[in-house]
Amino acid sequence: MSAQTKPVNQAPRERAGAIWLRYAAPLAFDPLAARMIPWFFAAAVLFGIAGLYIGFFVAPTDAQQNEVYRVIFIHVPAAWMSMLIYLVMAMWAAIGLIFNTRLSSMMASALAPTGAMFTFVALWTGALWGKPTWGTWWVWDARLTSELILLFLYIGFIALQAAIEDPRRADRAGALLAIVGVVNIPIIYFSVRWWNTLHQGASVSLTSAPKMAATMLTGMLVMTLACWMYSIGAALWRLRSIMAEREGISVVEAD
Amino acid sequence: MGSLLLRVMLRDLALAWRQRADVLSTLIFYVMVVSLFPLGIGPEPATLRVIAPGVLWVAALLAAMLSLSRLFAADHADGTLEQLLLSPHPLTLLVLAKITAHWIASGLPLVLMAPLLGVQLGMQAADIGVMALSLALGTPVLSLIGAVGAALTVGLRGAAVLASLLVIPLCIPVLIFGAGAVDADAGAAAYFSLLGALLVLALAGAPLAAAAALRIALD
Amino acid sequence: MNWGSAGEFFAMGGYGLYVWGSYGVSALAIAIEILALAARRKRAFAQAGTAT
Repeated sequence: MSAQTKPVNQAPRERAGAIWLRYAAPLAFDPLAARMIPWFFAAAVLFGIAGLYIGFFVAPTDAQQNEVYRVIFIHVPAAWMSMLIYLVMAMWAAIGLIFNTRLSSMMASALAPTGAMFTFVALWTGALWGKPTWGTWWVWDARLTSELILLFLYIGFIALQAAIEDPRRADRAGALLAIVGVVNIPIIYFSVRWWNTLHQGASVSLTSAPKMAATMLTGMLVMTLACWMYSIGAALWRLRSIMAEREGISVVEAD
Repeated sequence: MGSLLLRVMLRDLALAWRQRADVLSTLIFYVMVVSLFPLGIGPEPATLRVIAPGVLWVAALLAAMLSLSRLFAADHADGTLEQLLLSPHPLTLLVLAKITAHWIASGLPLVLMAPLLGVQLGMQAADIGVMALSLALGTPVLSLIGAVGAALTVGLRGAAVLASLLVIPLCIPVLIFGAGAVDADAGAAAYFSLLGALLVLALAGAPLAAAAALRIALD
Repeated sequence: MNWGSAGEFFAMGGYGLYVWGSYGVSALAIAIEILALAARRKRAFAQAGTAT
């Protein structure tokens, strides 16, 4: 209604939000992504060095678990990232499904392999932490078992998208699967915890982590930041490849 | 519209009856898989009694996965599925009718077969009753969740295995509560409440998700 | 500082296998991902360059 009172020859001022919406187009986003990627990797390296320094040289030896507890500085950040990435992936997939924006769906596809990688790292480091502390290479505790199921969910998402040739069908099918997965994750986690408490017996859970000295917690948080920066950088890098594959976009020359 | 749903269900049941061999082979698969466990683990009765609930449940899950391809593949091949999508009636309800028919043909036989296999594994009579009831509540959930996987993979190469990969993680809660109910003795009621809750959730959400997946696959 | 010597650092109180096994495989996983990303990017841009 108010537009009718404006002079006809004056263009309406772009709302601030509309400026950002420009980047929803792959062609516009690609150069921005190209500029951002090195910064995220630089941040990842800096946080990583700081985190590892704190983890190995500042944090003290643990009374119960001696030096082997230091695995938490990669195990816990990897586990947190594996869960965070799945949520973010499902969010982008849902946005792509609801608003029909290609770039959102591409971002979801770009995140999945990195999420799966962190899930694998969480499982591997969990096993190597479990062996000296609890005696076996694999502990069927609630959290590790849930991580394993999360890995299955990631693999399912990647496999489904790989099996579908039409990119739009792949986007939408993956989005539906991711949404169904996100809804199921609380149910799965709850049922696995229930299952674990039933069959506990003599086995101990990895949840009884060492009592956190402040430096240990700091080290974990800094390493988490490092993994987070890395994830964004890697996902954007993969996203550029996806944009090039699907849309033929190669605006910025290879570095 | 109720009569339409009934007719869709009866049509699917009639087709299943005409292809009895398909349906029977799923049942025979179930029997064979259960028999594999004693062969692989050893015939010790005490051991078998302990693993019996888990074995019967896992085998039922696998048999259900095997039967998923029957749900949409044939209709997709002869064009009936597209007709269903074009129908003015809610696709969600049509899908629910198909899933019901699928469960009657594939899931119910497993429920009826399980007591016999339970005896074979040396289970107690009371345990067998709990087991059969847990399967009766759980196999519909498997069919419902399986339908989402089958709908997502309609027409794809290797659809059967892929659908199973997608669906199995989602079915793990059903497995945990279903098999757990047998060992629970007095606490079994809690498990049945949870299984019932899962069934209600699945009934509410799965046909909708499967219908959406069909539209994604076929549009 | 926690370590008296480089030897102590690598031994990790006897748990060296587990600690370095964890960090080593994690570093390997990240390295593989980065290499795969670079390879994919090269392939994708080559394809995009030749496509009209």
